[in-house]
Amino acid sequence: MENTCKVVDTFDIMIVGVGGQGTLLASRLLGEVMMSMDYDVKVSEVHGMSQRGGSVVTYVRAGERVASPIIEKGEADLILAFEKLEAARWLPYLKPNGKLIINTQEIDPMPVITGAAKYPENIIDDIKAAGANVITVDALPLAVEAGTAKATNVVLIGVMAKAMGIPKQIWLDAVKDTVPPKFLDMNLKAFELGYSR
Amino acid sequence: MGKNKKELLLGNEAVARGLYEAGVELVSSYPGTPSTEITESAAKYDDIYCEWAPNEKVAAEVAFGACVGGARAFCGMKHVGLNVAADPLYTASYTGVNAGFVIGVADDPGMHSSQNEQDSRHHAIASKIAMLEPADSQECLDFAKMAFELSEQFDTPVLLRLTTRIAHSRSLVTTGEREKRELKDFPKNPEKYVMMPAMAQKRHVVVEERMLALRDWAETAAINRTELNAGARIGVIAAGDCYQYAREALGVSANYLKLGMVNPLPVQLIKDFADKCERVYVIEELDDIIETHCRANGVEVIGKELFSRLGEFSQATVRKNILKAEPEYLSAKAEIPGRPPVLCAGCPHRGVFYTLKKLRCNVSGDIGCYTLGALAPLKSIDVSTCMGASVTSLHGMNKVRGSEFASKSVAVIGDSTFAHSGITGIIDIAYNKGISTVIVLDNSITGMTGHQQNPTTGYTIKGDPTAAVDLTALCKACGINRVRVFDPYDLSAAEQAIKEELAAEEPSVLISRRPCALLKQVKHKPPLVVDEDKCTGCTSCMKIGCPAISMKGEGKGRKAVIDFTQCVGCGVCSQMCRFGAICEGSGK
Repeated sequence: MENTCKVVDTFDIMIVGVGGQGTLLASRLLGEVMMSMDYDVKVSEVHGMSQRGGSVVTYVRAGERVASPIIEKGEADLILAFEKLEAARWLPYLKPNGKLIINTQEIDPMPVITGAAKYPENIIDDIKAAGANVITVDALPLAVEAGTAKATNVVLIGVMAKAMGIPKQIWLDAVKDTVPPKFLDMNLKAFELGYSR
Repeated sequence: MGKNKKELLLGNEAVARGLYEAGVELVSSYPGTPSTEITESAAKYDDIYCEWAPNEKVAAEVAFGACVGGARAFCGMKHVGLNVAADPLYTASYTGVNAGFVIGVADDPGMHSSQNEQDSRHHAIASKIAMLEPADSQECLDFAKMAFELSEQFDTPVLLRLTTRIAHSRSLVTTGEREKRELKDFPKNPEKYVMMPAMAQKRHVVVEERMLALRDWAETAAINRTELNAGARIGVIAAGDCYQYAREALGVSANYLKLGMVNPLPVQLIKDFADKCERVYVIEELDDIIETHCRANGVEVIGKELFSRLGEFSQATVRKNILKAEPEYLSAKAEIPGRPPVLCAGCPHRGVFYTLKKLRCNVSGDIGCYTLGALAPLKSIDVSTCMGASVTSLHGMNKVRGSEFASKSVAVIGDSTFAHSGITGIIDIAYNKGISTVIVLDNSITGMTGHQQNPTTGYTIKGDPTAAVDLTALCKACGINRVRVFDPYDLSAAEQAIKEELAAEEPSVLISRRPCALLKQVKHKPPLVVDEDKCTGCTSCMKIGCPAISMKGEGKGRKAVIDFTQCVGCGVCSQMCRFGAICEGSGK
């Protein structure tokens, strides 16, 4: 019964990056994977103004029952960061024993471009020093190897799939359901390069 | 989409599914984050006639007409859109409906993509219209269907309120079949549908009686659900996303009165719930509507003394305010620079804003992607309030500050916003002998909300070719003699056009025409490259604020670098370079 449900454990993932990097597709795909494993799922997306080159975050939560669609500080079991400055920005949302996958790509935000701020040096060392359990990957060259820089998101999904220990076939099925058939081979290759790195 | 199949749907997609299942025949909307996907998703059902209207007033009137015409009808909009649609809304409350009429409105607490965070529940109260508020995608579907039942049962329009976190979150939904419905007879009943004083005075009586009947319904409706948990002493009254945040934070340690209908609010149900709790918290984002209602009916509650009127909440807000608990978390030592949204690489608006800054123009701005022209380094917008206000506000400024001010002041407005409510401003300028210079930023699409067609693009919501507004002919027909088109990728042409029209002692409309760089049909040139031998590191190219260009290296080795993943080869930066250092790339 709805009226007697209890708070149960959930698995909480954040996908963070820069608007335009394809974080939305990654979160939808992850949502499909979680759904096919018979979990209750909530995926909270970002649309509108903040998408335009801004810092973007999507939340994916799975469990027996999920109430809130969003994840708060200290709650994420896993954060997949498409850009390293964004990894640092959202680090406080990671559970102290959670996993943080960082794409080492560097995209200057406008305050850095205009000279109003500096892109922090050695940011990944800084994140590690804070105590985070970090996995780094340089996904862009792998995506180019698969056929297009646009597949960077799928390379990163491959890395995340490996880190999560969910059967690979479930991910492959979700990739097939999510990407257009025309680009399927390229994306499967991108996934494989991320998964097997 | 088969029967009883579970799907992971966005709240907005689930509303659209609810419209389909409710047998809705017509949807007319204007896009607005976070409401847009309701109508985009509805348009995927062949059984529903869907259209993008030029604005929300038009959309609401079209949908109202369809409901009087005998078919269930819907219009969707963002919170500020409901202000535009308020005129038909408040009187449709008096006429009531024939077939069901539902208005979807999506509020944006926290202003993810809005110019204010007004609470649309005020409109429900003021217009005396019932309002439902779902808390997940399944409720989005169920409440959309129920809204039509209520609309017909109580002879009233019904508002369906979403917030960003409900509209833009996916959760599991069980779908059903479409209800088959016959067109109702067209009513010949002026006493009910012609709102002039004698009739409207009688209808107002009906409206007040209806609100009382709806309140009675709210007392026992299943969507206003009491959840009592063994041993729980505190109570929470909440609706929508706030209910989810409370559930997340407090679990079974609290009792809940989960409201599905937020106008009118029940009285006895709330009193009975409060009697079962030691303390009652009202958790609501934005204004204190439920709280005020409780107090007015003698129920002591804790609300805005703990919970802010500003921004959106989360489970952390509830934990902090009720449990006094703060989370533990990690953080990096470095100062993290902000990453505000920016005009995309290759955005056609960039050349216009660069030119306006160079000419030191005063700029009256409007609502759309181009509002980002207000941010560094372009920083070329001085005022921006609501849809269409660029044109009219400039006219007002020019009238009080005179022709010298007018000769260095412009309005900028996008093509979709122009069709929404810029045209009436142009008429005002021409009719009242203004001398304003208006720039229409025509990028052939409604951009910010994610590429919707509009009356200037030549395509319908379903992608079918149709009539397109001829902006030049339209402005001329309004009485503007000076109308000219330029290409914003050509900086010198843009500068010349703007200078000449500013100098003219009569009103003019400039059309900056170049499609949005993100449109699929736009063919891009290969990314540009920097010739390191020619680049002197002067940073001239940085003045246009393109996210694809940055400076890398130290000292004399500090050179411009172009990010090949972002650059679309528009060539605006190369026009900034005096050394010919930015060259066409090979695409390899």
